[in-house]
Amino acid sequence: MGTINVSKKYTAREKAYIPAILVGMKITMARFIRGFLLRQHDTILYPEKRREYSERFRGAHFITVDKNKTENCTACFLCETVCPAECIHIVAEERDDEQGADTYGVAKEKKPASFDIDILRCCFCGFCEEACPKDAIKMSNNYEMATYNREDAIFDLDHLKRDMHGRHEKVNKGDKK
Amino acid sequence: MEQFDLMQLMAKIILVVGVCLGVVPVMVWFERRGAAWMQGRVGPNRVGPFGLLQPLADVVKFIFKEDFKPRNANTFYYYLAPMIALIAPLCALSVIPFGSTAIVDGREIILQIAPMDSGILFILAFAGLEVYPIILAGWASRNKYTVLGALRGSSQIVSYEISMGLALLSMMMVYGSFNPHDMVAWQAKHYWGFLVNPFGALVFWISIFAETNRLPFDLAEGESELVAGYHLEYGAMKFALFFMAEYVAMIMASALIATLFFGGYSLLPGMPFLASAISNHFAFGEAGTMNTIAVFQFLSLVTKVAFFMFVFVWIRWTLPRFRFDQLMDLGWKILFPLSLINLVVVTIAVYFFNQ
Repeated sequence: MGTINVSKKYTAREKAYIPAILVGMKITMARFIRGFLLRQHDTILYPEKRREYSERFRGAHFITVDKNKTENCTACFLCETVCPAECIHIVAEERDDEQGADTYGVAKEKKPASFDIDILRCCFCGFCEEACPKDAIKMSNNYEMATYNREDAIFDLDHLKRDMHGRHEKVNKGDKK
Repeated sequence: MEQFDLMQLMAKIILVVGVCLGVVPVMVWFERRGAAWMQGRVGPNRVGPFGLLQPLADVVKFIFKEDFKPRNANTFYYYLAPMIALIAPLCALSVIPFGSTAIVDGREIILQIAPMDSGILFILAFAGLEVYPIILAGWASRNKYTVLGALRGSSQIVSYEISMGLALLSMMMVYGSFNPHDMVAWQAKHYWGFLVNPFGALVFWISIFAETNRLPFDLAEGESELVAGYHLEYGAMKFALFFMAEYVAMIMASALIATLFFGGYSLLPGMPFLASAISNHFAFGEAGTMNTIAVFQFLSLVTKVAFFMFVFVWIRWTLPRFRFDQLMDLGWKILFPLSLINLVVVTIAVYFFNQ
């Protein structure tokens, strides 16, 4: 009673089997011609060509810096608190140097002594980016985060402060300045 | 045996075996590249121009791999299986005629390695031998997956051999001969075999797919179910032998289909004109004309074989694998009765046409 038979009866054409095979062969032949003669492929030759992702793509993190190359982060722990994967680890300390006075005209009194992101644990949800009151932690467009060992996959402050322009990593542009 | 006979025999063997083994890497490349094209990918294109040297890289890898044997494997049969796998289809190729006659030094050479009147029986015998490497490899490796693969493969080959044999028998009835040369001559004189006996051609074609263990009938391998099937425990060059055997068997099967149903070495349309034009232009004389025609006959066979090889690849990337019971149903409930009825009809037709 509860079972409903949804399988339909085969038509004579389907039972004959050969016409269906010919239809399938027609399709694969069309694909073959498309690949062989027209050189249209759905895949790209990756290391040479790269996919263009949208500006909203959430890739590897970076920490924005002011014009003195001082990080904007004030070690407020909001990102560490909001992180669902618990991959951000901050150790805060007092900032006593003079460089800190900038960006919003307010002296930065606190700074991260260390700022580590375990990129293997990160789920790239972007909550840290939204939580940050100083726009310090951001996510770039870089999706190539492979490393040779697990230690390299923990991004430290030096790595996070790498030269960025918008969401894109600066390639050779920083050197000219 | 005279020296001349020996020489011409050696030359023919070298030609056929050389062409076959030379085509294997190209086919491996084409299989992968063609698959890629059919699936919208690019395929191997890094090693050499268009990736053409990829098979060569594979061979280098195969040769330098460790030649190991499973601890509990039966050594003799374990090593025997890949040898039979490659030798059986190569032997079967020896009775495929690749031209009518060539004239060298005023003597006629029959372009067929082993000119024998019972050629088709010889092919059947060696096609039947193809079940042995599967059983031996599966059984001798002492692995449950390989045994399952061997079980499936052997039952599949044995069941499809019947319909293949019956289709072959109906064609022998039409041609009235076991000799492949006579068959080709008949087709050159009348019609191509598949026009005379389309059902026989269809049944034979389907059976040959099962015989060579190609998709949609590659249950002996069945990667998704049996890891790799009967050759699971084989590594290095031993695996390469199985791999080559598959392609040599494909070449043999294509040559057989071409010979039986598609005119064999008989010239393709336009070729007789081309051959006569060339021999007239260079004023070859009688023997030269004969040889020119022989070259074109060889080209004609190669073209046909190439087409059927392409169809093998084409079908492989079109159809999914059969389930085992579906395979057996197709073999025993459809192809077997169909070939039997076809045989009866052809027999009656031949009886009335010959009167």
